[in-house]
Amino acid sequence: MKIGIVGYGAYIPKFRIKTQEIAQFQNQDPHKIINGLKIEEKSVPGIDEDTATISHQAALNSIARAKIDKKKIGAIYIGSESHPYAVKPTSTIVGQALNIGNNYTAADLEFACKAGTAALQAACGLTQSKIIEYGLAIGTDTAQAEPGDVLEFSASAGGAAFLVGSNENEFLASIEKTLSFSSDTPDFWRRNLQKFPQHMGRFTGEPSYFKHVIETTKKFLDENNIQPKDLDHVVFHQPNGKFPTIAAKKLGFSLKQIETGLLAPKIGNCYSGSSLVGLTSILDVAKPNQKILLVSYGSGSGCDAFIFTTTKHLTQKQKLAPTTNNYIDNKKYLTYLQYQNRICTK
Amino acid sequence: MKVAVIGIGCTKFGEHWDKNIQDLLSASQLEAIEDAKISPNDIDAIFSGNMCGGIFSGQQHIGAIAAEILNLNVASSVVEAACASGGVAIRSGLQAILSGLAEVVLVNGVEKMTDTKTPQATTGLMLAASEELELFQGATFPALNAMIAKKYMNDYGLTREQLAMVSVKNHKHATLNPLAQFKKEITIENVINSTMVSDPLTLLDCAPISDGSASLILCSEKFAKKINKPAIYIVGSGQASDSLALQNRKSLTEMKATQIAAKTAYKIANVTPDDIDVTELHDGFSIVEILSLEDLGYFKKGEAGKATAEGKTFLDGEKPINPSGGLKGKGHPVGATGVSQAVEIVKQLRGECKSNQVKNAKTGLTHNIGGCGTTAVVHIFKKEK
Repeated sequence: MKIGIVGYGAYIPKFRIKTQEIAQFQNQDPHKIINGLKIEEKSVPGIDEDTATISHQAALNSIARAKIDKKKIGAIYIGSESHPYAVKPTSTIVGQALNIGNNYTAADLEFACKAGTAALQAACGLTQSKIIEYGLAIGTDTAQAEPGDVLEFSASAGGAAFLVGSNENEFLASIEKTLSFSSDTPDFWRRNLQKFPQHMGRFTGEPSYFKHVIETTKKFLDENNIQPKDLDHVVFHQPNGKFPTIAAKKLGFSLKQIETGLLAPKIGNCYSGSSLVGLTSILDVAKPNQKILLVSYGSGSGCDAFIFTTTKHLTQKQKLAPTTNNYIDNKKYLTYLQYQNRICTK
Repeated sequence: MKVAVIGIGCTKFGEHWDKNIQDLLSASQLEAIEDAKISPNDIDAIFSGNMCGGIFSGQQHIGAIAAEILNLNVASSVVEAACASGGVAIRSGLQAILSGLAEVVLVNGVEKMTDTKTPQATTGLMLAASEELELFQGATFPALNAMIAKKYMNDYGLTREQLAMVSVKNHKHATLNPLAQFKKEITIENVINSTMVSDPLTLLDCAPISDGSASLILCSEKFAKKINKPAIYIVGSGQASDSLALQNRKSLTEMKATQIAAKTAYKIANVTPDDIDVTELHDGFSIVEILSLEDLGYFKKGEAGKATAEGKTFLDGEKPINPSGGLKGKGHPVGATGVSQAVEIVKQLRGECKSNQVKNAKTGLTHNIGGCGTTAVVHIFKKEK
């Protein structure tokens, strides 16, 4: 039985801080940071925004596009590493706020930056096996970074929601295949009760992000007999603007193939939402019958890869909710002190 | 004095994310044994240079690991003298052979540094300086060497461009060395404009954090003749010490330990600085190469910067320095550096280097220091006639 995306939506908080502003407080050369990380500014959550509120708004947008009876949603999975509670699900807060009734299963997932795609796979499984009619998968983060850490330039806020269904007449994009690749790679972690994550510097690059993203993509394309040129759009996890560009080049993709989904230069890395928000910006402009490759990456480490094919129904649904670019363009800049006040009071 | 080097082995230097100390040691040890064409059972003792295994990798007692890899039960010890650990391990090997306690010795230098974050690595390396007089005051090795650079520039008119040329030269040489960490040529502008570490030293004035291992098989002249293998001989050795803290030195612009170690080694080998055809010198920071060129007697005081800028220390210059790329270009796994310098010189004297071969090299010198010139070891190598 086929499954597909029947609704999608994103939400990115309107607050931004420029790399230049952070660099000034870290006593670093802003041009070197911008050229190195390829991030010009990043999104910052408002004082009253967290993973629950961002997930809720993204879910509302996905329902607005799907135009389905929301009471038929049988599962909510939210992937994040900034769930507001250590014990108490974000997914039920969102379910209650969406007013979908009580006949749904729910769970919060965590796998660093790829918990959102893990949520999507879980929703796919329940839908494909006909246990539920629609599944809601969300990837959202309000990412944390210790003041002075290099992560301060990238850790951002945002999320994306996807409604998965099995009625082909409702598909905006069919979900063709998925494949995962996992290993015990300690490149980035946050222990219990620690406020900020720790990372292993350069170890997060070659043996972690690149090894996993490149091996997953190669295996996935080989198994499905797909050439890089066969794909219209490609989106990778975006810890910064540089890594996905290098990965794309190594794998034989052009800049044109990745540019629509590459949002890190404008919003930074919204962790569990990163590759999924990139996917929403592609769906906002994609034409029918286009092929999209998504490969997420989560530290710890693993990748989930998906291939989607857009349908003729997509174009008429694109404008039924704010586009991802609407959110990116609606922005208000913060000073470093305003930014720190928001982050530290959370 | 005559001790033969009959086997050499060295891993690539750089980021070995999937290898631990044992993996690195295994690679260089087995390569050296194979090169020497001996049996592991011929080895009477093992000396391994390692500076910070406990802090960088949570592993000490590396001597035991070195012996276990070869399934040997011989005496196997770790030698620690900060970044000069490798050079001092070679000297320990020489002493064992010259005293008659051993006939064949395996000497290793090994360090695994990339398991730590940069701040931890910097703190670990600072254990080689004075805790009370330097570390507690917030000094780091780049800061101490930056003070030396400032003073030298003030006293001798060294320009920023001349200083940068040390790294430009070493990176150029590294592109020719298959075992080097960096394979990219850089310009004077790249050096000056790279990230500031401690004024005037930028990132490209400082040797990197690296993983790597190097090994030598040393033996008595008698054993070398018995196995009838052409050998390179160590014909001179000197080691000296200076104050741990920089503040207790009479001069910031010369390293007394290097001067004494070099003088001793020249005397034992019966050579002068002019006789040295190829040198591997300890360029932990660009300024250290400038000072060392003078302390080894290659150039007069205050003239090393100008000589470097004129190309005299390049591969095709009159005094080729660091054909391997040095610590800056080849990499600097601290405990391995001193032994890897000897590996490079043996290759040069054997004529086995390819594009970085110094022509007609017959006499070579290694110079390995620990701390800010606190420990210095100099060895002189000659090709058998």
